[in-house]
Amino acid sequence: MRILVQTTCLANGELSALIAADAVAAQPGAIESEAAARLVAAGPLASSVELDLSGVSEWDSASISWVFRVQRAIQAAGRSCRIGGLPNDAAGLLELAGSVPERKGARRSEVSVPLLEGIGQQAVQLWSDLLEWCDFVGELLVSLSRALRGKARIPVRDIWVTMEECGPSALPIVTLISVLVGVILGFIGAQQLRQFGAEIYVANLVGIAMCREMGGIMAGIIMAGRTGAAFAAQLGTMQVNEEIDALKTFGFSPMEYLVVPRVMALIVMMPLLAVYADVLGMLGGALISSFALDISLLRYFEQLTSAVFLKDVALGVAKSCVFGILIAVSGCLYGMRCGRSASAVGIAVTSAVVAGIVAIVVSDAVFAVMCEVLKI
Amino acid sequence: MGADPEAHIVVDGLTMKYGDFLIQRDLSFSIRRGDIFIIMGGSGCGKSTLLKHLIGLNRPFAGRVLYGRQSFWDASLGEREALLRGMGILYQKGALWTSMTLAENVSMPIRQYTKRSEAEIRDIAEYKLALVGLAGFEEYYPSEISGGMQKRAGLARAMALDPEVLFFDEPSAGLDPVSSKLLDDLILELNESLGATIVVVTHELPSIFAIGKNSVFLDADTKTMIAFGPPKELLESSTDPKVIEFLTRGVGRNGAA
Ligand SMILES: Nc1ncnc2c1ncn2[C@@H]1O[C@H](COP(=O)(O)OP(=O)(O)O)[C@@H](O)[C@H]1O
Ligand SMILES: [Mg+2]
Repeated sequence: MRILVQTTCLANGELSALIAADAVAAQPGAIESEAAARLVAAGPLASSVELDLSGVSEWDSASISWVFRVQRAIQAAGRSCRIGGLPNDAAGLLELAGSVPERKGARRSEVSVPLLEGIGQQAVQLWSDLLEWCDFVGELLVSLSRALRGKARIPVRDIWVTMEECGPSALPIVTLISVLVGVILGFIGAQQLRQFGAEIYVANLVGIAMCREMGGIMAGIIMAGRTGAAFAAQLGTMQVNEEIDALKTFGFSPMEYLVVPRVMALIVMMPLLAVYADVLGMLGGALISSFALDISLLRYFEQLTSAVFLKDVALGVAKSCVFGILIAVSGCLYGMRCGRSASAVGIAVTSAVVAGIVAIVVSDAVFAVMCEVLKI
Repeated sequence: MGADPEAHIVVDGLTMKYGDFLIQRDLSFSIRRGDIFIIMGGSGCGKSTLLKHLIGLNRPFAGRVLYGRQSFWDASLGEREALLRGMGILYQKGALWTSMTLAENVSMPIRQYTKRSEAEIRDIAEYKLALVGLAGFEEYYPSEISGGMQKRAGLARAMALDPEVLFFDEPSAGLDPVSSKLLDDLILELNESLGATIVVVTHELPSIFAIGKNSVFLDADTKTMIAFGPPKELLESSTDPKVIEFLTRGVGRNGAA
């Protein structure tokens, strides 16, 4: 929209503005806002402002909203603003827009927060998130112990269904990822070990790495993206549909009815998936050894049995149990505290996956330190 | 308050907030046993929020909700569960459990609270679905039926335990006029045949006058109740311009005549 503003100051301190605009020739907002700014700046100086719009040839929403904005700004400065020369229909629309006064406090503006305050707010937020986690885990433990003592009614069918969803259905992707991780580890390790003529130790490298670290972590990350996200989405949607409210009012504890079965299913399935990933990763290592490194399968497995001990596998399994709990908790927590809209479900899923992966990596670091101290 | 021997639910000085955000304050009224009680008011004035306080989903910021002489939030956990058991709730969006068929939805509460055999539970569920006109839809999932049918299935579930008091949140929202009329008839019938107290949140004028025996009007601006009484009497004798405007769709008492 091109807008021409011709202002005249009258002797009695009034400002008269003749405005010519061409709504059809839509122009970038620069001219428009410049003209508006000039008018608004001049407005408070004058005792009253008259906008003469007879020069405007055609109307659309953009031109009316422009006049509306200018009028509001001048009125906000405490000056009266008369408008003349409007065609009837446009005047009617303008009046309609101004007829209900703006609700006080309804308008929200972006408040820019100083850097330090922002950091502080984030820290406080992080702390309250952490407290919420603790709250949730505490409640979960109470419910779990009630369930194990047979005091809570747990929907057994849901446990089976969830186990099926997060176990067998995840096998293809876990297979693919762990074989490839085994191959990659073997390949990179062999390149380095060859310099010392110690290629055979590829078996040690792949075996130890898979059993102690990679099997659990890879399975965990896949589960966080697959199952953690699914948990958050399921519970979030139930929250949006008021299904969780309905559960509560029928006397079902959402914790016992929704969260406990999911956590139980994942506690059972995660170690199995981790062991499966360990085995396939070592097979991947065997593949690369026999095809690319001329180590016979027999030699590889002999070396493997002398390198990997039960404690390594046990450590991996123990870790994967913890990962399973963390994934299930983050999925369920973000699902349960989901807002009431469709976009809130999206946010809940994203937060659940991110929090799940962060929790896995952080707890893995804690495990690493503990193993170092305990010499495992 | 509380002196009325017929009072089923008494709201006493209730103030409701979400965080720091005041929704309604100083609500005091009572709901008689066996009445159809309407909670009305403009959109966003806090009707659903009041309902959530009545059914114990939200804790009052101040004031009490009494069932008979028992204050809901001062009661022990067991007493609260017993109170909850006597309530049936139809949510605004139906809130059926989407992972279960209609029959399973209705049988869940029965299985939770009674020791009936599976066959008996199944029979009751079928009967309740038939009551709301959904015979033959037992094995359907909520996503496979229309919005009006979901509402009715939600009603069947709300009635599963033969509650003493039924709560409806905007039962006719999103229904066509005929379905909405049928639902009103159903509510009237349930009220007569079961003798249950029924609390309905709605802003549909035809429903309000067709079924309401008593009502309370919540105002969004002053954030409190501004009228209490039978809707027809309010229409005839209220002096509050906001109430008259609402009950006559903004036409005014003379315009409506
Ligand atoms: N969970 C919530 N958290 C914060 N504010 C809410 C929540 N639910 C509703 N509100 C706000 O409370 C007010 C009343 O909502 P509600 O009781 O749903 O109104 P209605 O009368 O339309 O049913 C609205 O302004 C709404 O934005
Ligand atoms: Mg509502």
